[in-house]
Amino acid sequence: MGCCLIFGLIFCYDLDDVDPDAKRRRHGMLKMYYGIDEETEGGATLDPCDINGAHFRPDMYLGKLIKEKSLTELMDEESKTVTQIRALDSDMQTLVYENYNKFISATDTIRKMKNDFKKMEDEMDHLATNMAAITEFSANISGTLQDRRQQITKLSGVHFLLKKLQFLFELPARLKKCIEMKSYSSAVRYYIKAKRILHQYQHMPSFQGINEDCNRIIQELCEKLREQFKEKESTPKQLAECVDLLLQLEEPAEVLCEEFLSHARHKIDEDLQLLDRQIKLQMGEEIEQESAAQAYLTTPMDILEFVDNGCNGFLSNICLVIASYNDMFLNRLQEDENLDAIALKKLVNFVNDLMVQYFNYVQRRVQLEKETGDNTILVRALDRFHRRLQAMNKLLPDTDFSRAGTDIVSKAARDRVGHYLHSLKQHFSGKAFTASEITFAMKPYFRGPFCTQDVREGLVVAFIQHIYSTCEEFCEGTGEKGSAPPALLLILSRLCLDFEGSTISYLRNAALLKENSFTRIKTFTLQMLRKSVETRDWLNTIEPRNVRAVMKRVIEDTTAIDAQVGQLYEEGARKERSSDSSRRTHSYSYSLSQQQRKGNWNFSPSIDNSLMSNIQKLFSERIEIFSAVEFSKVSVLTGIIKISLKTFLECVRLRTFGKYGLQQIQVDTHYLQLYLWRFVSDENLVQVLLDEIVCSTVHRCLDPVMMEPSVIDLICERG
Amino acid sequence: MEDEAPARALTSQSAETDQIRFLVGTQSLRAENQVHHIDFDDEMNIINKNVFVHREGEIWHMSASTIDKNLLTTCYNKKSKAEMKAALWRLPSDFDSSQSDDQSSHQALHVLWHPTGDSKSLLGLADNHILLWELDTASSSAKLTASTGLESKGQPKMTCGRWNPHHNCTQIATANDNCIRGWDIRSMEQVYVIENAHGQLVRDLDFNPNKQYYLASCGDDCKVKFWDTRNTTEPLKVLSEHSHWVWSVKYNHFHDQMEDPPKDGVIATYEEHEDSVYAVDWSTADPWVFASLSYDGRLVINRVPRAEKYKILL
Repeated sequence: MGCCLIFGLIFCYDLDDVDPDAKRRRHGMLKMYYGIDEETEGGATLDPCDINGAHFRPDMYLGKLIKEKSLTELMDEESKTVTQIRALDSDMQTLVYENYNKFISATDTIRKMKNDFKKMEDEMDHLATNMAAITEFSANISGTLQDRRQQITKLSGVHFLLKKLQFLFELPARLKKCIEMKSYSSAVRYYIKAKRILHQYQHMPSFQGINEDCNRIIQELCEKLREQFKEKESTPKQLAECVDLLLQLEEPAEVLCEEFLSHARHKIDEDLQLLDRQIKLQMGEEIEQESAAQAYLTTPMDILEFVDNGCNGFLSNICLVIASYNDMFLNRLQEDENLDAIALKKLVNFVNDLMVQYFNYVQRRVQLEKETGDNTILVRALDRFHRRLQAMNKLLPDTDFSRAGTDIVSKAARDRVGHYLHSLKQHFSGKAFTASEITFAMKPYFRGPFCTQDVREGLVVAFIQHIYSTCEEFCEGTGEKGSAPPALLLILSRLCLDFEGSTISYLRNAALLKENSFTRIKTFTLQMLRKSVETRDWLNTIEPRNVRAVMKRVIEDTTAIDAQVGQLYEEGARKERSSDSSRRTHSYSYSLSQQQRKGNWNFSPSIDNSLMSNIQKLFSERIEIFSAVEFSKVSVLTGIIKISLKTFLECVRLRTFGKYGLQQIQVDTHYLQLYLWRFVSDENLVQVLLDEIVCSTVHRCLDPVMMEPSVIDLICERG
Repeated sequence: MEDEAPARALTSQSAETDQIRFLVGTQSLRAENQVHHIDFDDEMNIINKNVFVHREGEIWHMSASTIDKNLLTTCYNKKSKAEMKAALWRLPSDFDSSQSDDQSSHQALHVLWHPTGDSKSLLGLADNHILLWELDTASSSAKLTASTGLESKGQPKMTCGRWNPHHNCTQIATANDNCIRGWDIRSMEQVYVIENAHGQLVRDLDFNPNKQYYLASCGDDCKVKFWDTRNTTEPLKVLSEHSHWVWSVKYNHFHDQMEDPPKDGVIATYEEHEDSVYAVDWSTADPWVFASLSYDGRLVINRVPRAEKYKILL
């Protein structure tokens, strides 16, 4: 008991150790040992007044008690706490005693284990010697059995050879049987297996007999296959199988191609004839009734049905032919390049020939549609037609039918427009009310209101207003992706401008429209620029060698926009440019200013360049980036370029650059400088904006080392 | 007034209700960065400023505590490494960093305080994650209590976020690319989404402090839009007076008729700035005063014109 007490004391002392961290760790281990889950034990409640909780704070608890309880309650609480403490104390003592017992029994166990291990070691040694003996014996046994094994191998080899010979002797009979059972493919397989051996041992009389027999049978087989191939009713799959087998039997591929195509031609011609008949029907020509079964074909179809029919019949058949042809001839003749090319050429000729016919039919049919029918069906039909053609293109990559197809579609669209114009004219002239022979037309009180009210207000103005609202709808759609292309918007804006310019004062200002089309155009460029700046890791980029591709793209786009806008708008005023303002001199002056600035930095690198930029700002006039856009090419382009560059600037300010990142920006801006001036009204403006971009980049650069202007020049020249 | 360095971060000292005070953080890669504590005396029209040094790096975003006027958080770019970190600071004269929340795997973008101040929660946005911290002021440490990620194709990056001051502050809204998303922070799940809120990137958003479902947003498509979060298909109102990116939108805390996106508001156009304006904030002390900050380091404290003021009040 005394011992236990001492132990308890030591334990208590340990618990009161100074280091709280070690204490917690030990607590954790003890808790783990006794299986107490730390989380459930008060860990869930965060209440600092829960005496059993992990977050218990004695001072807060005491304060709370004193505040809340009366004296008697406090006394009660105290006695309660004292009894609790006592109970806990005795609990702890029991625990310590139990621990001591466990400790002693553990020591015993360890001692016992030590003895046991000693014994085990001896036994292991014994086991090792035994194993060595066993290995030796097994080596002896395998040595004695060596000879016998070689004999067995030899015998099995002989057996295999004999089996092969038997196969050869049985071959003619087997081939015959196969042909009788019409399983041609297995016959071919057997023959090909044996062919080489037969060929090799031809000089032996017995083999020669077999060889001749086989050849005769195979000849027969070939004949049969050819017959099947030429048969009209056989399905494409059968055909493919035939061709496959014939090719395996080394029939000339070229002849096969020819035959296959001519066979396919027959079938497809039927489809084409069907289309032809439809067209004749549509044109109102008489066709003699061929048979009752085809009577349903003689009812005229509408355009959608016609195209459907063409797609399902003709196009899918031709696709099937191409696919199976590819499988049969093209994908396997790798060994002979020449043959491959010939086969492909044949196919292309064949397909082209048929497609020309097909296009011819479709075009004729579409032309017939000119006068009647409503637009939606026509458009749907054309769309389907076009889509199927694209599938064709995928199948046969060397040809391009979609161009011809698109031609048809665009021609149809043109016809449509022409037709509408025509009908519009007709409607106008068809106002028979004004014809002089109608009596009431002569009466002035009818004539006056009719002219002004009905014709002018009701017809012309309403029509124009309709056009205008359609235009507006187009522009409103710009927020959503994939709406009208910018070129169309431009044209519409021009149209509205023209209307405005003429006497029609009913129209509201066209400026809104123009504004919208303008934003639409620039969106593309802007997003491209933003993405290009945001996605790049400017800090760790490599030394610039080239102008970035996106910059070239920007220039290309700008040129394209320039061309588009140029077709529609007048040139517009440009600020006077010095007479010898060539690209050369300009770039020279630019690099000169660069050099000046560079010199400044070298001289006093500690001076923040904001001073420089501020001075520069003082002298350059403030740029109106968002000034209104006028209806002229230069004005529109200037607007676009200004906003693009402003976006570039904002993007640059959001990033951090390394030395080479800065240099890349230098190269890019210089490149822009070289090409952008020709589009804008005041080239100074571009220069100022670009300078600002470089300046901002220097601001955002960790290691501002500028590139030599001559090097920049060189890179831009090369780009 | 003018600073020497470029600046992008501006916030009003939210816990201060007597004086008009703003905090401005500078953004300079090479020079030492500073936090400017600006005190605007309304009667005398005098500006006082205290400067604290922010050694850690350039400041991209700042937010002042709503409980303790001496606390603020900054999101900064660690010097020379292009890593975004967030830190919490105490503002006595010595200005010392009390701790920093290092989220090494993410790029911290925004840290926002709980709007009403009754809890010590902090909201952080990092790349595509929303993080919630529980702040213990005594030991000056913060514990991460919840986080959630945004999963979608590409690599979505949050551009901004805001607490909803209503519903007991259990909702937040974030923006990424051109969508706005609402989250419930009790379950950390998405509750609503406004797809294609703007034609291009959404730059900022703010909740109406008086009407619980109203939300304003602005973006690169030069528009400011107002939304009802119960009906996310159509905006309530669209303002397209801006001619370039709209960087920031803020509701006035006292009168919700007002909002002031930078460059030019609907109420009046302010053109004192020569460079791009990146941040605006209303004063918490005077409902008619706001500050705007442009990249060249110029801070302009504006007052709503008297005529407008009476128009709104009467």
